[in-house]
Amino acid sequence: MTLFVDIGALDDIPQQGARVVKTAQGCIAVFRTADDTVFALDDRCPHKGGPLSEGIVHGTSVTCPLHNWVFDMNSGQAQGADQGMVRTYPIRVEAGRVLISARLATRKAA
Amino acid sequence: MKKKLVIIGAGMASGRMLEHLLEANPDAYDVTLFNGEPRGNYNRLMLSPVLSGEKTYDDIVTHDDDWYAAHGVDCRFGEPVVHIDRDRRIVHSNLSSAEYDALVIATGSAPFIIPVVGKELPGVVTYRDLEDTNAMIDAGMAGKEAVVIGGGLLGLEAAAGMAARGAKVTVIHLMGHLMERQLDPAAGYLLQKDLERRGITVHCKGATKAIMGHGQAEAVLLEDGTVYPADLVCMAVGIRPETRIAVDAHLEVERGITVDDTLRTSDPHIFALGECVEHRKQLFGLVAPLYDQAKVLAKTLLGEAAEFQPVQTATKLKVTGCDLFSAGDFAEGEGREDIVFRDPGRGIYKRLVLENDRIIGVVMYGDTADGSWFYGLMKDGADIREMRDTLIFGPAFQGGAAPDPMAAVAALPPEAEICGCNGVCKGTIVQAVQNGATTLDAVRACTKASGSCGTCTGLVKQVMALTLGGAVVEAPTGMCKCTDHTHEDVRRLITSMGLKSIPAVLQELGWKTVGGCHSCRPALNFYLLAEWPLDYQDDRQSRFVNERNHANIQKDGTYSVVPRMWGGVTTPAELRAIADAADKYNVPMVKVTGGQRIDLLGVRKEDLPHMWADLNEAGLVSGHAYSKGLRTVKTCVGSEFCRFGTQDSTGLGIRLEKLLWGSWTPHKVKLGVSGCPRNCAEATCKDVGVICVDSGYQISVAGAAGMELKETEALAATPSEDEAVEIITAFVQLYRESAKYLDRPYKWVAKVGLDWVKDRVVADLESRRALVARFEISQSVYRKDPWAEHSTTSEMPKWAPLADLTLEAAE
Repeated sequence: MTLFVDIGALDDIPQQGARVVKTAQGCIAVFRTADDTVFALDDRCPHKGGPLSEGIVHGTSVTCPLHNWVFDMNSGQAQGADQGMVRTYPIRVEAGRVLISARLATRKAA
Repeated sequence: MKKKLVIIGAGMASGRMLEHLLEANPDAYDVTLFNGEPRGNYNRLMLSPVLSGEKTYDDIVTHDDDWYAAHGVDCRFGEPVVHIDRDRRIVHSNLSSAEYDALVIATGSAPFIIPVVGKELPGVVTYRDLEDTNAMIDAGMAGKEAVVIGGGLLGLEAAAGMAARGAKVTVIHLMGHLMERQLDPAAGYLLQKDLERRGITVHCKGATKAIMGHGQAEAVLLEDGTVYPADLVCMAVGIRPETRIAVDAHLEVERGITVDDTLRTSDPHIFALGECVEHRKQLFGLVAPLYDQAKVLAKTLLGEAAEFQPVQTATKLKVTGCDLFSAGDFAEGEGREDIVFRDPGRGIYKRLVLENDRIIGVVMYGDTADGSWFYGLMKDGADIREMRDTLIFGPAFQGGAAPDPMAAVAALPPEAEICGCNGVCKGTIVQAVQNGATTLDAVRACTKASGSCGTCTGLVKQVMALTLGGAVVEAPTGMCKCTDHTHEDVRRLITSMGLKSIPAVLQELGWKTVGGCHSCRPALNFYLLAEWPLDYQDDRQSRFVNERNHANIQKDGTYSVVPRMWGGVTTPAELRAIADAADKYNVPMVKVTGGQRIDLLGVRKEDLPHMWADLNEAGLVSGHAYSKGLRTVKTCVGSEFCRFGTQDSTGLGIRLEKLLWGSWTPHKVKLGVSGCPRNCAEATCKDVGVICVDSGYQISVAGAAGMELKETEALAATPSEDEAVEIITAFVQLYRESAKYLDRPYKWVAKVGLDWVKDRVVADLESRRALVARFEISQSVYRKDPWAEHSTTSEMPKWAPLADLTLEAAE
């Protein structure tokens, strides 16, 4: 069973935007779509390491700000002709609070 | 009942065959299409522009998902076929199976890998499909050393593509000169010189001995002992037919899968076409004969009589700037004569090989305009005795025609081939135009002319222009994949329909995606704020990261901060504040910019609002060095100090910057004001430049000094500084109101015409004043410092991480 920890209020994340959560193994980008769905992905484009949290969010996709790779936030898969994958993490919203997998809090620096 | 057709391989040959088949009789077959690659048919000839960055994969897709769906093709992509059960007529892939009444094998070819030590090292790639191309692009070529083994068509396209991306490329070729199958030594020499001019090293007569490296390719060793360092090695020495599946099925296979004139294999239910077949001992690598095969096989499958007869084809190289043409046989031999034309100054070489007063071979380099005319004469076996004296000068010089640039095309007979890839002749294009295809896209759609490798696009346009009696109009295309509306249409509809938000535009104009995309959203945000400055709420989330964060993102995710220095003038107090900020936030680099200000590079995102607050305190505001908006007004010292200065250029620059700052524009806008014609502020390559003279102010616009280099064009001259300011303001507002997003002023002016601009901002005083008034309304909202807005105590926390789980773990 996945344990969840509270990382903040849903309203702290702009719609069609993102905030980052720091972990010992790098940042996680937490996205909020126009219809308030949240996603958590590694904040690192597999192409050149671009911060996905700074990308333009459209539908349930995000475009990397460095070279316009587009990722489906459901799967973390690169779209179109680009091939690559971003890791996704369990995340959910409860009573206006955003909860993320507790494993992220306990993981140690590699 | 429909018969079942299974196709193995979704390449260009089978794709074309499907088009013919479905067009002739869409109800004859249920079609199942297997493909090992996880995608459908795309134009492989265009991989080199993808490699060089001139095109993207989307640009070269031939059949998209919609096409397959519309034609009811059962697509099994990413499913390599593993077995053909000929007895039960079933094809098995790794995942599924399908029964067939007729089976088409179109597995194409595989790159030939030379058996040298190190061939399996990471960093050794081939150049055959999109995966290969992406692998090269992903390897990140800028500044790296790359070696291409093979100086044929494919190898040179790969080399040029990698060089265009900034790699240092060496081509190793076994033979004495490049492209020896298509070129003679003289043309090969000119090609080598052209490539060397682009910084590509060419090593002919070079045999590869080994690829060296520890866990990764590092260098290529030749038999003669030469070593070339190589981060990337591309093998492009040739291809061989991909026949494994046919061999396993015990079909008759020699070098390729053996087919008869109807493209039937040794099994009457199985057909084959493309690069995997062998027909009368011949293999095929160029696209034209494959398209002929496609035509024949479509007929065969529909029970119509058709025979494949290979014809000679011509070759062109798709490397921008290298113009070569080759066809036929150009080996020297008894009874053969040459007509040669050389122009060393311009690097032009033309050679015709004659036998019995007929052309049997053509090689051209540097100027290939007459290639298809010669090729036509060769294919027809025309007797050239009568025109032999002037033959080499081309059709324009036959019969004393005037040297009109269009004359060569006008002189072509209707049956002259224009598009070699698709076998389209001049008459077919003329007919299409006469039937109403007046744009290049329309002609492409109904004739396929210039639709494959695209090198004949210029010729096709010339034929169209001759038929239309004027220049060819390009068809407008949608602003992105989300809509078919053009930028211009969207702007017009935003105004006429009173659309005041992005969701309203997406809904009312029928966007095909849920939330737009990274390409249309920033454009829409600009169009809306330009049209409705007082009503529209700027959508930060539709802005590119730099404009959203009011700083330029760097490749490591840090930012650069550039405070505004009005007209390039600063004070000791400002410099102290900048120095203090650089110290306080550990800025790794402080750099003077080309726009007369100071750049603080390498600032962390969470430090941005704090640094801005510190800079604000010293009176410094955002320089908008990140925006599609007013950037800088570069000035010289002018009459205040300079002994040559005629007017106060510094003062005018500051006045303009204070007026225009904060305004959003379709692309960035840079100004320059020089105090005399010596032009120390380099005003004549800016978007707007002012040169002060004794009698007043000369305003010029639409310069460029980036990827393109262009001098400004004169807009107006006035004795009054006030009028100069008014004209410039009106110009900027007109640009804001009518330019396409991401068109710099020089592109916009080229589209609308300078006279059109002059009418509105110089001649028509009422129009000028109205533009200035509308600019002022917009500036009442946008002439403000975004740094101040984002460095308040309530905004600052939003720049930091939402949570820090490293701390929790420590606890």
